[in-house]
Amino acid sequence: MLQEALVEFFIAPFSEFEFMRRALVGACALAIAGAPLGVFLLLRRMSLTGDAMAHAILPGAALGYLVAGLSLPAMTIGGLVAGLSVALLAGLVARVTALREDASLAGFYLMSLALGVTIVSLRGSSVDLLHVLFGNVLALEDNGLTLIASVASLTLVALAIFYRALALETLDPSFVSSVSRAGGYAQALFMGLIVLNLVAGFHALGTLLAVGLMILPAASARLWTADITRMTIVAIAVGLLSSWLGLLVSFSHNLPPGPVIILMAGMFHIVSMLFGRAGGWLRRIHRQIHLEA
Amino acid sequence: MTTALRFHNLTLGYDRHPAVHHLDGEIAQGALLAICGPNGGGKSTLLKGIMGALPPLGGTVERLACPTNLIAYLPQAHEIDRTFPVNVFDMVAMGNFRATGWFGGLSKQDRERTFDAIASVGLTGFEDRHIGTLSGGQMQRILFARVLLQDAPVILLDEPFNAIDQRTTTELLALVKRWSDEKRTVIAVLHDLDVVRRTFPQTLLLARETIAWGDTDNVLKPENLLSARRMVEAFDREAHECDRVA
Repeated sequence: MLQEALVEFFIAPFSEFEFMRRALVGACALAIAGAPLGVFLLLRRMSLTGDAMAHAILPGAALGYLVAGLSLPAMTIGGLVAGLSVALLAGLVARVTALREDASLAGFYLMSLALGVTIVSLRGSSVDLLHVLFGNVLALEDNGLTLIASVASLTLVALAIFYRALALETLDPSFVSSVSRAGGYAQALFMGLIVLNLVAGFHALGTLLAVGLMILPAASARLWTADITRMTIVAIAVGLLSSWLGLLVSFSHNLPPGPVIILMAGMFHIVSMLFGRAGGWLRRIHRQIHLEA
Repeated sequence: MTTALRFHNLTLGYDRHPAVHHLDGEIAQGALLAICGPNGGGKSTLLKGIMGALPPLGGTVERLACPTNLIAYLPQAHEIDRTFPVNVFDMVAMGNFRATGWFGGLSKQDRERTFDAIASVGLTGFEDRHIGTLSGGQMQRILFARVLLQDAPVILLDEPFNAIDQRTTTELLALVKRWSDEKRTVIAVLHDLDVVRRTFPQTLLLARETIAWGDTDNVLKPENLLSARRMVEAFDREAHECDRVA
C-alpha cells in the first residue's frame, strides 16, 4: 500500500508522461555540468559573477526572439554572442579604464538586462517575456535536449582537461604567471563555459534561474566538505536531487517547474547552512569547547 | 664571471607610472643579491619584470642564464589564496610543473622528490594537512620546498622572511646559502637589514631608481639609506611624461 503510494508519487509521473522524462533528463544534465562550474565560481569568489552573466545573456536571447520568435537556434546564438561579448567587454574595460572588473561587469549586465526586457516587450506578450525570463523545462524538445546534453558533455571534458590550470590560477596566480603565460586563457575558457551553460540552461530554467543550478548546489556542498573533489560530488548530488524532487513537487501541486527546482536547491542550501559538517551553524555552536592541543 | 641577467634602461610600472625607473646593471650567475628599499620602491615590481610577468614600459631585461619559465619565484604570502582546498603535498608538488606541465601526472620519481623536498624543510608528516591550517612559518617552508623542487638556475624570493620567527628564518637561510653554493642565482627582496648584512654579499638599494648597488657593506650605509627614504615621493598624478634618455 505504502509502496504503491511511493511509486505513484516518485516514479509514476516520469513513467507516464514523456514531457516529464524530457524535463528530468534536461535538468539532470544541467545539474551535472553546472555543479563543478559552481564549485569553481565559489572558490574564485565569483558567485555573483555567474548571476551577472545570466542577466547579460538576456538581450541576445531577446534579439533572437525578435528576429525569429521562440526559436531555439536564434535565441541560443543571440544569448551566446551577448554573454561572451559582455564577458570580454567587462575584462577589457577593467584593463583600459579605472573601473575594476566587478564594477564594469555590473554596469554591462544592468544595461543588458534593461535592453533585453525592452526588446522582448517590443514584440511579444508577457507570456513570452515569462518564457525568456524563466524558461519552461516541461516544453523541452529534441533540439533543446540535444543542446543541453552537448553543452554538458563539452563542459565536463573541458573541465577535466583544464582542471589543473583553473585550480592553480585560483590558488596562486603569481606562481602560474612565473611558470607559464597560459593562466589568462584558463580564466577566459572558464567564462566561456559559464556562458555556454547559462545559454543551454535558459531554455529550461530561464536566464535568471539558470545560474541557480550552479551556485546553490556548490554553496551547499562547501558546508559539508572542504575537499574539492568531494565538494563537486556533493554539489552534483544536490543538483540531481533538486531537479528530481522539484519536478515532482511542481507536477503534483501544479507549480511552475523551474522556480520549484531552484527552491528545492535552496532548501538543501538552508539545511546545509544549519547542519553542514564543515562550517554549518549547529556544528559551530556544538564545537565551542576547545581541544587540548 | 658569467652574466645571468642584464637590465638595460629598464622601466617597469603600472598605468604608465614607473615603479622601477631607468634601471641599468648586471647580475652575475651564482650571485646572492638582496634587494632592499622603502615600500613602494619597486622591489616586487622588479622581480615581476625579471620573471616576465610584467612587460617593461621601456628598456629591456636580458635573461642570459635561462628562459623565463625556468625562473623559480616565491610569491609574497598574501598572494596565495589559503582558503583554497589543497593539501601540503599537492602545493609542494606544483614545483614539478616543468615535468608535468598543465596535463601530465606525477611520476614515481616526482612523488619521491616531492616527499624529499617536504622533508628538507622539516615538514614530514604534514603532507595531508590543508594549507589553511598551517602557521605563517610552516606556509613559508612549504613555498621554499616548492622552489627547491623547481630546481631552477635563477631563484626570486619576494619578502621570504616577513613575519617569520628567528628559528624558521635561520633554517630557511641555510637553504638559500645552499642554493648559492650550487651556483644558482638568488635574488631576494628583504626588509631585515641584519639578515642582509649577515647572508647577502651583494645588495641593490632600490627606491624607484638605483640608490646604490654593490657590496652590501658599501651599499647599506646611513647616507644611502637616508636618500632612499627621500626618493620615494607619493604617487604623483600630475607627473609629466618622462623624457630622460638613457
